[in-house]
Amino acid sequence: MSTSAPPAETSASVWTKEDQKASRKANAKLHRKEYGWAAAFMAAPVIGWVVFLLFPMAFSIYASFTNWNGIGNMTFIGLDNYTRLLQDQYFWQALYNTVFYMIGIPIGLALSLLLALALSRKIRGRTFFRTVYYIPVISSLAAIAILWQWAYNGDFGLVNQALALIGIDGPNWLADPMWAKPAIIIMTVWKGLGYSMLLYLAAVQAVPRSLYEAAALDGANSWKRFTKITWPMVRPVTFFLVVTNIIGGSMIFTEINIMTSTGGPSFSTASLVWYVWNQAFRNLSMGYATAMALVLGILVLIVTAIQFRMNARNDFSID
Amino acid sequence: MSLNSNTATVASGALAHAGEPDRTTDDNPAPKLKRGLFRKSGATQESPVVNFILTIILSLGAVVMAAPLVWMVSTSLKTKDAVYSLPPQWIPDPFVWDTYVRVFDDTYVLSGIKNSLIVAVTVTVVGTVFSSLAAFALAKMRLPGKNVIFIMLLSGMMVPFPTLMIPQFVLFSKLGWVDTLLPLIVPVILGNVIMIFFLRQYLHNVPDSLVEAAKIDGASYWKIFWTMIFPLIRPAVAAQFILWFMFVWNDYLAPIIYLNSPEKQTLQVVIANMNVQYATQRDYPLIMGASVISVIPILIVFLVFQRQIIESIALTGSKT
Repeated sequence: MSTSAPPAETSASVWTKEDQKASRKANAKLHRKEYGWAAAFMAAPVIGWVVFLLFPMAFSIYASFTNWNGIGNMTFIGLDNYTRLLQDQYFWQALYNTVFYMIGIPIGLALSLLLALALSRKIRGRTFFRTVYYIPVISSLAAIAILWQWAYNGDFGLVNQALALIGIDGPNWLADPMWAKPAIIIMTVWKGLGYSMLLYLAAVQAVPRSLYEAAALDGANSWKRFTKITWPMVRPVTFFLVVTNIIGGSMIFTEINIMTSTGGPSFSTASLVWYVWNQAFRNLSMGYATAMALVLGILVLIVTAIQFRMNARNDFSID
Repeated sequence: MSLNSNTATVASGALAHAGEPDRTTDDNPAPKLKRGLFRKSGATQESPVVNFILTIILSLGAVVMAAPLVWMVSTSLKTKDAVYSLPPQWIPDPFVWDTYVRVFDDTYVLSGIKNSLIVAVTVTVVGTVFSSLAAFALAKMRLPGKNVIFIMLLSGMMVPFPTLMIPQFVLFSKLGWVDTLLPLIVPVILGNVIMIFFLRQYLHNVPDSLVEAAKIDGASYWKIFWTMIFPLIRPAVAAQFILWFMFVWNDYLAPIIYLNSPEKQTLQVVIANMNVQYATQRDYPLIMGASVISVIPILIVFLVFQRQIIESIALTGSKT
């Protein structure tokens, strides 16, 4: 920032613009050492931001207008990648699949709120339950995906064996285009339940008890107390979880790649990120993949922008 | 890329006030007399019958949650054939402990653990120092335009890694770093925006006068940071550190892009590849054994630091 500034007199009987400027310069000199240290302390993340975010971003935008296999020359082809994308039925299928997976979000949130409500009561073994429900969250996704792939096996899998107990003859989940997506949704709900449960639990327990007592005095039944007190009070958490789940869900990859390494039966499980990865690193169609990755980035950006907008009230301030 | 790692743990001030999850309904205890008055309303009293029913439902749910993981452990201890037995064996007969010897002898699990540790430890330890220094500077030091820098860094959280992976891959292949651990370390080690954000909010609760006083006493900024600020923010750092470590340990997309040679792969990639390779040999006990091994370290970390992890998740971003 400002480096060498001449010392300035700031006798401020008449406080003109020049005086202000001079005073700022004097300040700059006074704090020069502090500026230097502050800049040094921030340097690493800022360098990281420029080299690994800004620069790749700019490069991506350029590469998306080229025909490029990642090794050879880049040929500028204008908007061809984007028009190809619009006509690529696999792209639309992958986008559709990615959005379809989000059915799991409301299911997971409803279940985890119920869990949180139950666990906010004085129930024996609460810590134990919390731990059991949370363990899938911390388990590595790769291991979990392998586990569930085996659990979904049509003949020997755990899921169909459990279903057989109640007389249901389960499908061969991951090999059946109709059941492959629901199978992945079930797994993601199972995996994420503990996380949202924990956030809800914190929110539910932060609701002042006096509100419930007052409502009870007014004769509100428990359903009323839930809809008029609990639900509005945990709304920020719901909102936060919806948004982060949408962003996280839009990047679903590991489950797809491990459980259905070919994109599933008739491309029924391939997600957007899986398709981008496949085009870039298997087909070496890097230019096209970059264009799709940018579209993904823009979609995520829109969701994030909506979040910041709608959540402005609860949001952090930078001061 | 650090700038957008573990999106799932970023909260943008969603929780107005998240209490310690262990609080029971006893906080703000009403006076005895009042309690009696409220008994009929049921507002402060819980029905034991309802709690009993809930306990049963929760137990059933817990069985569903735990069953796949128990199944994983059980399968890893079976013979190859017992895996396919119908009805299923929940308790292996006979127990085959030998699988765990084979996992270490015949596969790349051991080198996978080593590589994962190298990446996760270097990234999180060094990255934590960089992140806390930046948070300190952003929260407590003077620098024109520092808020712009902060917003700039925050903007990185909005760019998902898949959007950046192709140009980053090209960059690292030009540097000749593909098939080394460097692409997994270098971009991430420079600091984690989520951690910076969280620590910066945390530091806002520390009075400026403390720093000013130390400055007047002639302490250098480096000294102020190490002897004063860092000890103050240590609980927050610890919580974020664990979350970040778990994230790096479990990462899969970046490692499969960069690592080709089996002996250079991280644990997650090793077991994913085993899944492909050994499935054709129907060696499910081996695959499950490796999966168990990949889960155990994190599980131990979680059980030891359960309290801190839960608190930090509940509190992430809540200091507004």
